[in-house]
Amino acid sequence: MGLKNKDLLGLKQLTAEEIMEILDTAKTMKMVLTSGNKKTSHLQGKSVITLFYENSTRTRLSFELASKYMGSASANISATGSSVAKGESLLDTARTIDMMATDIIIMRHSHSGAPHFIAPHLNASVVNAGDGMNEHPTQALLDMFTIYEKLGSLEGKKIAICGDIYHSRVVRSNAIGMKKLGADVSIYGPKTMMPVGIENLGCRVADNVADCVKDCDAVMGLRVQLERQHKSLFPSVAEYSKFYAITPEMLELAKPGALLMHPGPCNHGVELPTAVYDCDQSVINEQVTNGVAVRMAVLYLLMARRNQI
Amino acid sequence: MKIVLENAKLYNGKKEDLFIEDGVFANAFDKKDADKTYDLSGKTIFPGLVDMHCHLREPGYEYRETILTGTMSAAKGGYTSVCPMPNTNPVCDNAAVVNGILKKAKEAGYARVYPIGACSKDLDGKLLAEIGLMKEAGIVAVSDDGKPIATAELLRKVMEYSSDFDIPVLNHCEEKTISDGCMNEGTVSTCLGLRGIPTAAEDIMIARDIIMAEYLDIPIHICHVSTKGGVRMVREAKARGVKVTCETCPHYFTLTDDCCETYDSNFKMHPPLRTKEHLEAVIEGIKDGTIDAIATDHAPHHVDEKCVEFQIANNGIVGFETAFALGYTYLVKPGHITIDRLVELMCFNPSKILKLGRGGLEVGDDADLAVFDLENEFVFDKNKMLTKGRNTPYDGFKLYGETYLTIMGGKVTYEKLC
Repeated sequence: MGLKNKDLLGLKQLTAEEIMEILDTAKTMKMVLTSGNKKTSHLQGKSVITLFYENSTRTRLSFELASKYMGSASANISATGSSVAKGESLLDTARTIDMMATDIIIMRHSHSGAPHFIAPHLNASVVNAGDGMNEHPTQALLDMFTIYEKLGSLEGKKIAICGDIYHSRVVRSNAIGMKKLGADVSIYGPKTMMPVGIENLGCRVADNVADCVKDCDAVMGLRVQLERQHKSLFPSVAEYSKFYAITPEMLELAKPGALLMHPGPCNHGVELPTAVYDCDQSVINEQVTNGVAVRMAVLYLLMARRNQI
Repeated sequence: MKIVLENAKLYNGKKEDLFIEDGVFANAFDKKDADKTYDLSGKTIFPGLVDMHCHLREPGYEYRETILTGTMSAAKGGYTSVCPMPNTNPVCDNAAVVNGILKKAKEAGYARVYPIGACSKDLDGKLLAEIGLMKEAGIVAVSDDGKPIATAELLRKVMEYSSDFDIPVLNHCEEKTISDGCMNEGTVSTCLGLRGIPTAAEDIMIARDIIMAEYLDIPIHICHVSTKGGVRMVREAKARGVKVTCETCPHYFTLTDDCCETYDSNFKMHPPLRTKEHLEAVIEGIKDGTIDAIATDHAPHHVDEKCVEFQIANNGIVGFETAFALGYTYLVKPGHITIDRLVELMCFNPSKILKLGRGGLEVGDDADLAVFDLENEFVFDKNKMLTKGRNTPYDGFKLYGETYLTIMGGKVTYEKLC
């Protein structure tokens, strides 16, 4: 089977079969990752570059470790400290990396569509590590992998996603991907953070946090992106945490033992109280491990496709 | 110079040969005396088109377009009169810049150029520009195009002051405080993760402008209407007798916001492409006379300004060389409007709104005309354009209405070779 496209730009471009293949491959990769000897040779003799125009801890490090565990030559460049700071255009930067016989470019960019823009110009495969408010496909894949691993399937599962929907690329990728796997996704956030027409992505817009999380199999909090908050979309953190946070009371409305998820980084006490972050149902820390496994799977499958052609 | 155009039919169906002498339409003379005779069998003659809204980029942005290349492009589109907006560098907010533009236009000689002056000095929305002195120099209207007249205070002053000089005011209607986006706000922008510009932003300012025009009883012209609400409000205002006119552009009746799905900045313009519902309302407004004119908003940009991330790409597309064919193919061919109505929209009405006195085909009138091939389909090729810009969304479109010949003041300004 394998992946159809050269690049991984988003969940929009993946079929349900491709998503399942990534998740099943990630199961194997997780075994490798937790086996003690993490070294494989799947990317031996290959090169993987991470190109990050925005800050990142989890995504960048997990991609880097994933590629190194699999034996590739890897390096990273960021906007500061590269020629980007001298004003080089995105396309010139991407072509420059491409011309160093790079196999895979993993890019995070503040502009939606930036990876879609460069991908057709490059020989290398482009992996979207988050583009503006559009998509964050590997985050959604690791979220889906976590549910798949814990609950056996996404088919018919009820998933709640609460928080800053407007700015969230995580919610877009998850809503699109989870729907493809047959889950029912409900979303909720302040109206000032709810983009027009989001229901047309196939998710239900709930009336309040309680309505959103009720009887759910998994509840995901989203980070309030305070750095994107250049316009006041809510009056205060105190008010947000009172009316929009996933509190222990709210979590009780979900199915017993429902998974509590968060893509990180978390603003403790804003979207989640620390008590919820650390509760028994929380899989937030395990999501991080799964992130490495899923990214190993993505790199493996993209490279397999490159090797075929 | 004597020219004879024979074997063509006029747009209104009449079949007659046209004679041109000394730059004007003349009485029939002996064809043997003609310096040049065109056999226009199978072609259709129109009055030269008038574009009331374009950007020629000179002075200041000659790397995008010059008055020479811009008017050559206009001629290739069948235009003989064009009205460039004032957002040049320096801004066209004083008589010296107007004079400079007119001098270059005369040297170029490919189209009549009627500059539009700025409403406010440096387009900054604060102090009135020298509208009277610019009128003496040759402007035909004022606009802060690209920058909406932000406050009701300035709008009132501009309308009142301009009316002293019988100068129309053209406004790009957009409430900027809710326009922090790069495409239409809706399902598509949400799906693409792009910030949207709501139709309400356009509607709010159109409402304000209509209210002001009604209150002052002074005309206002709304630039490039793209929304259902805008069309509706203009229709209602006209019915009440408010002195409001408006234009739209070919992209608002041919393309919708889902064209942005590939993040191709050739679909990025201001106002943004809307949904089908709004496109249909624009066509309805064109049909029932609410919309007075079709303008191009010809906006050439350099490839370096377009071949970038969607959000940071410049707004706008080139339009001279596709406007007529799009109007004919998308409005006349499907039967929305007659060919006579298309001529009103693309020639008579803009000429009337700006008082240019263009569009005559009678003996004694300036010989401004365009000849189109309405019979044969052609494939539009962006690399064959005469504009410097390559920013068109219509590359590869199959259209009817290719330009065959353009004559301005008796001078051939465009001729299709074979």
